[in-house]
Order: sequence, then C-alpha cells, then structure tokens
Amino acid sequence: MNDLSVFFTPEYLSAILLPALIAGVAVSLCASLLGVSLVLKRCSMIGDGLSHVGYGTLCIAVAMGWAPMQVTIPVVIAAAYVLLRLSESSRMRGDTAIALFSTSAMAVGILVSSKANLTTDVSHYMFGSILAMSKSEVVLSVILSICVLLVYVLFYDKIFAVTFDENFARATGLNVRFYNLLIAVLTAVTVVLGMMLMGALLISSLMIFPAVTAMRLCKSFRHVVITAVVVSVGCFLLGLLLSLWLDAAVGASVIIVNLTVYLAATGIHLLQNRRRRQTERKEAGV
Amino acid sequence: MAYLTCENVTLRYESTTVLEHLSFQVEQGDYLCIVGENGSGKSTLMKCLLGLKAVDEGRLVLGDGLKRSEIGYLPQQSMIQRDFPASVQEVVLSGCLNSHGLHPFYTKKDRARAEEQMKCMRITELADRCYRELSGGQQQRVLLARALCATGKLLLLDEPATGLDPLVTTELYGILEHLHRDHGITVIMVTHDVECAVRHAKTILHIGKKTSFFGSCTDYLQSEAGKAFVDADGCVGCHSTHEEVACS
Repeated sequence: MNDLSVFFTPEYLSAILLPALIAGVAVSLCASLLGVSLVLKRCSMIGDGLSHVGYGTLCIAVAMGWAPMQVTIPVVIAAAYVLLRLSESSRMRGDTAIALFSTSAMAVGILVSSKANLTTDVSHYMFGSILAMSKSEVVLSVILSICVLLVYVLFYDKIFAVTFDENFARATGLNVRFYNLLIAVLTAVTVVLGMMLMGALLISSLMIFPAVTAMRLCKSFRHVVITAVVVSVGCFLLGLLLSLWLDAAVGASVIIVNLTVYLAATGIHLLQNRRRRQTERKEAGV
Repeated sequence: MAYLTCENVTLRYESTTVLEHLSFQVEQGDYLCIVGENGSGKSTLMKCLLGLKAVDEGRLVLGDGLKRSEIGYLPQQSMIQRDFPASVQEVVLSGCLNSHGLHPFYTKKDRARAEEQMKCMRITELADRCYRELSGGQQQRVLLARALCATGKLLLLDEPATGLDPLVTTELYGILEHLHRDHGITVIMVTHDVECAVRHAKTILHIGKKTSFFGSCTDYLQSEAGKAFVDADGCVGCHSTHEEVACS
C-alpha cells in the first residue's frame, strides 16, 4: 500500500493527478447520463459493442501512425449508426447483430496490431491509462464531455419520451429515429473518451453501474439521472483514490467501488420493500 | 372531408397479407370500434393509423385539418416497460412534446395543460408517485392523460381494457364516453370485446377473414358478421349504460 501523501505534492498534483481528475469527472458524468437511457432502452450491449469497435479502430490507427482519438471517434460514431440500424431490422436479433459486428471489428484491429508488433502500445487502451493521458487528450476529453452534456440537457425531455415509450413518441410525431441516433452518437463519443480512461474492457460498466444503482433508489426519471451522475462521479473519485493507495489499475478500482455501491443500494432497496410490505400487512390486519 | 380516409388498403405483415381491400372513413366526432378475431390484422391496422407502418397498397389520408402530430395514442399496457422509474407528472408531460418543434424545454403552457388533464383524469394527487407502483387502472388513467396532452381531436386506443378488472374497465369506458360526448374527441378503439364495442361505439369496423363490415352500430347487429359475434337474444344494445364521469 502507498502512503497517499506522496500523491498530493504540488508537482504530482498539477502534472498528473489534476488532469486525470478533470478528464475522469467529465467522462464519468457523460457515461452515467447516457447509461440511464441505454439501460432503460434495453440496449446496454451497444456500449459494450462500441467499445470493441473503438478498440479495433484504435489498434489500426496506432499501427498506421494516425492520431488515435481523432480517427476513432468518427469511426465509432459511424459504427453506432450501423449498430442501431442493425438492431432495428428484424432479420436478426439486435444483440446478436451487435455481438457479431463488434467482435469482428475488434478482431481486425487485433490482427493488424499484432502484425505490426504493437501489442504493448495498444494494450493500455484495453485497460485504460488515465494517469498517462497527454494534455491534448485531456483537453479534447473535457471539450467533448461538455458538448455531450449540453446536447443531453437540451434534448432531455425528448430523450425521456423516446426512452419511456418509443411508439407513443413516434405516433405523436416525434422524430424517434433522429433521437435514437443522437443517443447512439453521444454514446459513441463517450465510449471512446472512456476507453482512454477505463479501457475498452471496462467502459461499458462505467455507463451501466451508476444507472442501475440509481434505479434501485429513485422513483422518477429526473431523480434517476441526477443520482446516477452523483454516484458515477463519486465512485470515480473514490476509485481513483483507492487505486493510488493500493497501487492498482484505476479502471478496475473504479468499477469495484461502483459494484460496492450498487450492492449497498440493492440492500437498501430490499429493506425498503420489506418495510413497505410489513406496513401494508399491518394496515390490512387492522 | 373525413378525419381519416382509408381507401382500398392492403396490409402485409412479413410478406403475409393480413388485410385486403379495406375501405372506411372516420368523421369528426365519430366513435369507431375496430373488432375482429385474433390475427385478423387489427394491430397491424392500428400501426398504420398511427403512422408506425406504411400501407402496402391503397391510400390512407388524414383530412379535415387533422395533423399527424394531433393524434393521441393509448398503447396496450404490455407495450410499456413496467419497471421504468418515472413519476406520473413526467409521463403526462411527455404527451406535450409533439407541439414543440425545436423548443427544448416544457413551457408554462405545457405544464398547465398537463395539470388540467391530470385533474380531468383525477390523478392530480398521484403526480409525484412512481408510475410503476400504481395499479393497472391508475396507470391507464395516467396514459390517457398523456394522450390527451397530445391531442384534443383524435384518440387511438389499442385494447385499452386488457388486464383491467371489470370495475376499472367500466370506469375506463365511462371516461371515454365523457371525452367523446362532452369534449368532442373522436375515438378509434381496437378491441376484442365486441359486447363492449357495440354498447359504446357509434360505428363498427369488423375485420375478419371471411366477413367484413363497416357501418353503424345498429346495422352491425343485423349484419352477418355481427350476428356471428353477438348473442341473438338481443342482450346487447346500442345504448350506453355507463357510469357518469365528469371533469371538475
């Protein structure tokens, strides 16, 4: 275990910890917002699928010597569009299509990177490298996160309508396809940003855990969204601290903290249910 | 011109023809029940009326100043996610979105409209409750309030009584009767409950594999399609015996 005071020297703080903190908070925030919609729309797999595609693209970008993020983001956005169309068509079930498409993209990426002997270079996209992000990556993460946040807030009411009841929204004249695409694009951007931080393997749980935790505790969509954001950012900060203390991988630590909070929320939920049933029984008895 | 005109429409579901050469109109102020056996294409027709599916042949036109965004819709209960965390107010307000265009947030007018519809459905005191914790009848009234936020003209209902107990069903039909009579809302309902259909509707559209019928309720009872469905002893009549429900 590390003495934490080592990490809070001014030099370390300003050079490594602060950028990581800022980028991490920004991306956790976006991930939790979109996670709520993905979980409720029953398409949590899209996050996972996109991270596979993202990893494949990153491998190719690094092998070709292109700027990783600038190449990966548009490709993953395009993939999000394709995945959405695939899951809309009834020929194949959505989750099957996503699994086939995304693992194929990842396989191509791995093949290219292993041929080019880049496995060590790209492995930190697999597990995340938040403490090794360059300044430009941090700036890009923050700018894109702010964009995601702004778009989400502006379209919040419509995102709710599309998430709650797609058929009603479509029947009353809302452009559902556009809003589904919007959610997919925002997810794509968040997934790529999250990959830098958490790694391709773990990013989708960063989207899903805060959402399901919040759903255990809250009764309205607005409260779910707000709670998910608070849980996500809180868990990220705690996880980062834990990883410094234990000298462990950041992504994994954040997910473990998320898991603990989720289990606690489930416990509270069960207790609440039991108490409610007891009072109901008592009232019925009287 | 009628609100809705269906001309010689043919519908297919995954390359199987479910409906052929169907024609009917829905006038303003009508109360139309669409009945038929299972698999007769009621749900597919509903999807077309809602604009969720295009007609495969023929024409389906809106008229009389009715816009696509002025149609309110009450889906089948099973179509809504039962575990969705949303408050009643959020659900009802979402009905106001169609009149928005590019405006991002709910306006004061929207909130007032939602408030008014909740009052009308007598669910004002449930506003902050969680939708998933309500009873079936309460959920149905919430969805009806949402549909009414979306429209003042035409209401489409898909098997609204499914899963409701008889008392709540009677209450629901009462509410619909009130909306139709006192608020002038045109109603189109898909139902398998022919008895309730002839009791409440003005017009019946019966779609079946062998016989089809479109016309007034009284004519339906004399028709071949109607006779096959309704008891011949005449226990069902076209007069409504509903419970009175009124907005405060």
